[in-house]
Amino acid sequence: MTAKADACECPPTEEVGSYPEIDAFCDTLPSYDGALIPVMHKAQEEYGWLSRDVLLYISRKLGVPASKVYGVATFYSLFNLEPKGKFKINVCLGTACYVRGAENVLAAFEQELGIKNGEMTGDGLFNLGSIRCVGACGLAPVVMVNDRVFGNVKPEDAKSIIDEYLGEGGEAV
Amino acid sequence: MSVSQVRIALRNCGVINPENIKDYIARGGYDAMAKCLFAMSQDEVIDIIKKSGLRGRGGAGFPTGIKWETARRAQSDVKYVLCNADEGDPGAFMDRSVLEGDPHAVLEAMAICGYAIGAREGVIYVRAEYPLAVKRLQIAIEQATELGLFGENILGSGFSFTMRLYFGAGAFVCGEETSLMNSVQGGRGEPRLKPPFPANVGLWNKPTNINNVETYANVPTIIRNGADWYRGFGTEKSPGTKVFAVVGKVNKVGLVEVPMGTTLRDIIEGIAGGIPNGKRFKAAQTGGPSGGCIPAEHLDTPIDYESLIALGSMMGSGGMIVMDEDDCMVGIAKFYLTFTAEESCGKCTPCRVGNMRLLETLTRITDGHGVEEDLTSLENLGATIKDTALCGLGQSSPNPILSTLHYFKDEYLAHVREHRCPAGTCQKLVRYRITDKCVGCTVCARNCPVSCISGDRKQKHSIDQSRCIKCGVCFSKCRFGAIVKG
Repeated sequence: MTAKADACECPPTEEVGSYPEIDAFCDTLPSYDGALIPVMHKAQEEYGWLSRDVLLYISRKLGVPASKVYGVATFYSLFNLEPKGKFKINVCLGTACYVRGAENVLAAFEQELGIKNGEMTGDGLFNLGSIRCVGACGLAPVVMVNDRVFGNVKPEDAKSIIDEYLGEGGEAV
Repeated sequence: MSVSQVRIALRNCGVINPENIKDYIARGGYDAMAKCLFAMSQDEVIDIIKKSGLRGRGGAGFPTGIKWETARRAQSDVKYVLCNADEGDPGAFMDRSVLEGDPHAVLEAMAICGYAIGAREGVIYVRAEYPLAVKRLQIAIEQATELGLFGENILGSGFSFTMRLYFGAGAFVCGEETSLMNSVQGGRGEPRLKPPFPANVGLWNKPTNINNVETYANVPTIIRNGADWYRGFGTEKSPGTKVFAVVGKVNKVGLVEVPMGTTLRDIIEGIAGGIPNGKRFKAAQTGGPSGGCIPAEHLDTPIDYESLIALGSMMGSGGMIVMDEDDCMVGIAKFYLTFTAEESCGKCTPCRVGNMRLLETLTRITDGHGVEEDLTSLENLGATIKDTALCGLGQSSPNPILSTLHYFKDEYLAHVREHRCPAGTCQKLVRYRITDKCVGCTVCARNCPVSCISGDRKQKHSIDQSRCIKCGVCFSKCRFGAIVKG
């Protein structure tokens, strides 16, 4: 990785959009050394996911090859390279949750939402995924919806949790 | 059974307000740092840590004092103090509790370490999955900096130390120290060969001391009370206490901090209140995906680093998952292998390919297609991966299989010889049977979605195994306990 002053000198071959939020964040950094992951965290926080355009922008901004940016983005499970639903339902599949029946909870959500683990509902409202231990093992099995934790979840609770996020007529609360 | 807990690493958790530094100071906080800065030489600090016998609480149990001494001896103008707060073992949350309940203890210890080894900068690598821990660390750093406990020329001592937070992004392998450092440097979290060890070639190729959260949390108290006091707890080779996250099938789930050398039985049956619903204890899993399952006959083993390794498991970071007779040991091994196969970074072949092959074999067995030779190949391949993988993740990933094969071979044999899952959890091998307890109430037959249960009213019913889809509805609907699975 290069020092802050040098940007990549390759001629840009693909037009990318402008992302003032990323610029503003980069301005607060003392150095671009090791900045790639914090910048990607920031970009995902702002835009919800990391599009090809955003990744290319970050690559040029930090002077890091796009191949490396892509390599890092795909290495870490928290970075989304596809848009996510408004409500991210994550069923914990850590050991404590597993021995208390988390697999059945996941199956219940799959059935209620009509999608598989890792997919998004057609209306873009819900995303179903699994996570590895949120450190709330005392509440196992645990389900997270965005930042909210539901503990001691039973398969039959899936419907009521989903309903909580659905207003009348399927509108999001 | 009267085992009492001893709180050293957790001494302030739940006692102080972690968002107010004055609470921490009122409990003797930052005394130890001041004592080091004004009354002790660098070597004296290292000497106390060495004499205390403190060992790395992240799992491997390397003596902390020797680590510090190596970093101290390394020649460099810049050195780093790194804190591994990437607690990734599923079922473990000791470090999260310390970070959320007593963040200053970790910060103070890192500053002490900085003084001892001659570093001016500390970096904490914390999981992004722990937002509250992140917030409390940020508050703690701000408050300590405001009071002049961090920054330039701390308390007029001439020693300067600053602290930085760095967030992980969801990769289990980043708990391995060389992977963690690659991640801090903004790259893929892939490990590298050791040596050179981080104490000589670490972050940005500078000498770096890296310890985990719980290890640091012990340091201020050791400095305050001395090495002899600390050695008063625990065993000869593993002094002090260890925090365990006792979860799974126990009545009281939560964290316990006990002196090393406490037995599993004291923790599980004593402190955690035993197994719920009158079930029988089957195994305790320690060490996370790197550890193994310990059966009932070893419940009285005093726990320390060496004894757990002798049992085919390891201390790990302190997760302790208790399982009862309803848990299938082949299923548990498969659960862990699914985890490691997914989290393998892919850099070395034994781990990337080997774990996948192990997982395929286990899947075959739990699907009912296993043969007896599969067990030999699990053993052989497992041993090869242990010997040849690049980092700790791969070198320990076969442990869950090898330990369950060792202690629960009969369960594996039931799977491959009779295609039967004794615990009744492997979905594809489950068979539901109706026993003589059946009174012929017809509830099961009426609820069976594929109508494969037949029998006259007030007569014993039976299940047509060829059409049964193993959904378990009959099992849960029966009010007479007449349907059994297994």
